[in-house]
Amino acid sequence: MAAQEQHARKKPVVPMLLAGAVSIALYVALMTNQDFINNTFAKGGLYAFLPIATAFIFSFIHGSFTGHFWTVLGVEASKKKKEVK
Amino acid sequence: MHDVVAQVTSFIHLDVANVTYLFLVGFVGGLVSGFIGSGGAFVLTPGMMVLGVPGLMAVASNMCHKFPKALVGSLKRAKYGQVDVKLGIIIGISAEAGVLYGAHIQELIKKNFGNAGSNLYVSIAFVIILSVVGGFVLRDAWKTHRSGTTNDDEQVPKLARWVQSVHIPGTMMYFKSLNARISILFTIPLGFATGMLAATIAVGGFIGVPAMIYVLGAPSLMASATELVIAFVMGLGGSFKYAMSGLVDIRLAMIILGGSLFGIQLGAMGTTYVKPFMIKMVMGVIMVIVLFSRGLMVPVYLAQLGVIPSMSEMTVKVLKNVSFGIMAFALGVGAFIILKAIWQGRREEKLSRQESLAHSKA
Repeated sequence: MAAQEQHARKKPVVPMLLAGAVSIALYVALMTNQDFINNTFAKGGLYAFLPIATAFIFSFIHGSFTGHFWTVLGVEASKKKKEVK
Repeated sequence: MHDVVAQVTSFIHLDVANVTYLFLVGFVGGLVSGFIGSGGAFVLTPGMMVLGVPGLMAVASNMCHKFPKALVGSLKRAKYGQVDVKLGIIIGISAEAGVLYGAHIQELIKKNFGNAGSNLYVSIAFVIILSVVGGFVLRDAWKTHRSGTTNDDEQVPKLARWVQSVHIPGTMMYFKSLNARISILFTIPLGFATGMLAATIAVGGFIGVPAMIYVLGAPSLMASATELVIAFVMGLGGSFKYAMSGLVDIRLAMIILGGSLFGIQLGAMGTTYVKPFMIKMVMGVIMVIVLFSRGLMVPVYLAQLGVIPSMSEMTVKVLKNVSFGIMAFALGVGAFIILKAIWQGRREEKLSRQESLAHSKA
């Protein structure tokens, strides 16, 4: 029982909520500024850095959120130590 | 180039239905990619085109979601000790060259034979590669399953043993996934072929993963995880190239990424629950089903080129829809096998935990 409680406490609820909030904010910003983003990001040339940087930012924030999301739901990798040979 | 870009650049209107559709397809694509290292793109690109996204923009946007997805997936699988970063980067660099050459070939074919010629080339490449490689991978997985040796360590195939035995001075490099030194001269054509296939049918992993397993001798789990590094290197370079021409619709890429990052985490975790031959099984099953999907389209393109008598519009429409349906089915089957494996693995682990708890109480 105590072990279960300790396990439950370890669940990264706060990091998940934080990353989730930032992730939602990023998506809201993306969807509410579509015209500006379409016009600027697709200009080509050096503007190519904009979509690439955006992809990295989203992958970092949203990737962190989705990772915590599954952990909080209790879906985790196998506990059995698997040796890859 | 700017004229071409002006012709193909058009941003579709996004509504709730479109966003949900892209998110869900992204999730399933991510799930399969996290597990076998690639896949998903062959449904995502036509899936975007169904919404009215121009072909080149769909390819570019797909690529721009692929590299961040592969980054997250490879980091996750690195935690499980499955990634050989060095092998991934070495193959990834030659794959980049393959992508550029593959795109050039595509342009040449399109210029000389039009859209139908280009589509025919893509479909024939699909059919030949998927039947040869997919058939081989599936047969191997099936043989392992039937022989009852699924728990045994994977054996290094004969060809890989020979590759590992060749010593070419000045080109030898140690790779942890192979636990051997091999000449990087062997990795260059493999990477190049992976890139060419990625530029042609959007899924380089259908060559890359089997090549790492059967030619270099990497274990299935490591090969599929290392493919994510290759996809990252290839995808980053390819996305930048397309973005320089203004072809990336970042909205589409990020919505698909939204779903696929949920999927890739799950797919990556799934690899810790399964026996290695399951990687080959899922990959082989998807490849063989997709083979039928593309095979159906070959007569359509042959008719458009005038090689065989023309078909009615209705027949073409039916074949196109059935072909897309089979592709989506392939991805669905892959996702089902992975989810089932995770569910079974978790259930077995839970049962064994309960048993050991009861045992310790007793």
